[in-house]
Parts: sequence; C-alpha cells; structure tokens
Amino acid sequence: MKPIKTRILLADDDEDDRLFFADALESLKAETEITTVHDGEKLMEFLEDENNELPHILFLDLNMPCKNGFECLDAIRLSERLKHMTVAIYSTSAEERDIETAFVKGANVYIRKPSDFDSLKKALTDVLNVNWQFHTGGLNRDTFLFSI
Amino acid sequence: MKLYVKYDINLACKVILQEKLEDFGIEYELKELGEVEIRGTLQPDLQKQLEAALERYGIRIVSNHKNTLIEKTKDIIIEMIYEKEKLPNTNISTYLADRLNHSYGYISNLFSEVTYSSIENFIIIQKIERAKQLIIEGELTLTEISYQLNYSSVAHLSNQFKKTTGLTPTAFQRIIKKRAGAR
Repeated sequence: MKPIKTRILLADDDEDDRLFFADALESLKAETEITTVHDGEKLMEFLEDENNELPHILFLDLNMPCKNGFECLDAIRLSERLKHMTVAIYSTSAEERDIETAFVKGANVYIRKPSDFDSLKKALTDVLNVNWQFHTGGLNRDTFLFSI
Repeated sequence: MKLYVKYDINLACKVILQEKLEDFGIEYELKELGEVEIRGTLQPDLQKQLEAALERYGIRIVSNHKNTLIEKTKDIIIEMIYEKEKLPNTNISTYLADRLNHSYGYISNLFSEVTYSSIENFIIIQKIERAKQLIIEGELTLTEISYQLNYSSVAHLSNQFKKTTGLTPTAFQRIIKKRAGAR
C-alpha cells in the first residue's frame, strides 16, 4: 500500500552532487521519480507553476546561486499552496547553527550530505520511511523534525 | 496568543459516531475499539451515505478482517501510550495477544506485512510522538515524561528520542519555541 511512486524534487547547483543523488535514489528498492533544478529561482518557478505536480519531498541544498536554500524555504513556508510540503535540507554544512536555523524556518528534515554512496542510500531510505510514517500514521506534521 | 488543548480522541470519535448513526436512524451497539454492531443489515445506499458523513471526520469503515485487526492493534497501543493507567503490568506482547485473541506471532507478522513496519517500531514512533507533545505542553519535566511513558530513565528516553528524530529532546524543545517566536 505504499504510494505508487514517490515524487522527489532536488534543488542543487552542483552537477556531481545531483548525479550522485540520482544514482543513490535509483538504487533503492522504493519506487521514486526524480526531477532536478539547478538553482533557487528555477526551483521557485517550478513550484509556483500549477501545471507541475508538487513533489512528495523536496531536497534542498543551502548554498545555491540566485536564491539560496534558506530564502527558498522562507518562500515555501509562506505560500498557502506549498507550506505543507515536506522539505529536506540537503547540505554539506554540519554546523549546529545551520541545522537549527533550518528547523526554525520550517524544514522537516536535515541531511548532512554524506560523502559515500552507501551512507547516502541509507539516509535516503530513512527519509522516505520517516516521511511515509508521517503521511500515514496520523502524526503531527508541525513537530515533524528529523536530522540525519 | 496560542492555546494548547488536550483532547480525548477516543471519546470524540465515539460521540461523532453515535451522533451520525442516530442521524440516520440506525440501531446499533458500540463495542470496544471501533467495533459497531448493527441490528439487522444496512442497505448499501444507507451505508454509502453513512460512509460519506463519517469521512469528513477522518472516520472510515474498515470491513476487512486483516485491516481491522491492524487498526485495533494500533488503537490499543495508542490507548496504552496516551492513558497511563492503561499501561499493562505484563509485557506488551502478552497484553496485545490477550486483548486481540490471537497469538502475538500472528499479530506481529500481519502487522509487518500490512504496514511495512514492525509493532516494536510503531510503539517507539508513537511514544516519541507523545513525548514531543508532552514537551510542547510544557507541564512535565523530562524526568516525569520518561516515567509517564515507562522509560527506565531520562537517558533511555533521550537516547530513543535522538535515535528516532536525530535531535535531543532539549534541541527539539528549543527549535519549537523559536519557531513559535518567529511567527
């Protein structure tokens, strides 16, 4: 009874990171479908276009040109249509300050970008599972916080 | 300003169910944990109307035996976690088996098969969810919360909280407070 395909949107300006992420996602057992965008402005254009189906989970890099991850997160949480979307910050920063700021601004998940493939696979599996629990388990979305 | 309310989900659902059944003039008897005995049978038309009326409250009619058993298992666990006095003196597996009249092995396998998660995992998730709620309500200290949720110590609760959410209870509390302040 899992959803047919989990729609994933990844916003990351680094091409290597995008490929790495897509490969890891591809290798999971879970059925997923990925769309990628290269910067914050492209991300907001995609999300605000009502012809596009909203992703089940947005993976958002913090350091991006044009509009950074925090700015995007602010815009998403202020938008009636987007504010309930699951947002996972996907960043190289392991600084407590960034992690806390992300959660205070309304992120649901914070992932420190892993450097090896297996850790990334595990992190993605965990995030998909946790998100699934929150969607189906009647858990409170306002307190959905998960750091990995 | 913000109000924090406490509610009894079981009671709320029961009242809604009773009101709706009475609205439709259905003769019924409420059994425990989401079982309703209907006198006679429901016309398909009437059942559809009832389903529609209940749907807006998030109440669904589940007829399938397997699903019903899973729903009951979840209800018993949630009831146990939310009402301290319902915590059994025996271990949870014996308690579930007694209440549901099936062996724990059967219940546990069925649960994993249907929900893709083990009963143990479900219990942990629900306990942490409850802990989050109690932390936000702010009436109890962490020590009291760990006692209420049957943890052997605060350290045990903190560890499980950290394992489940990636955050310590204190960091969680700080974030939720800051969030409330930022809005």
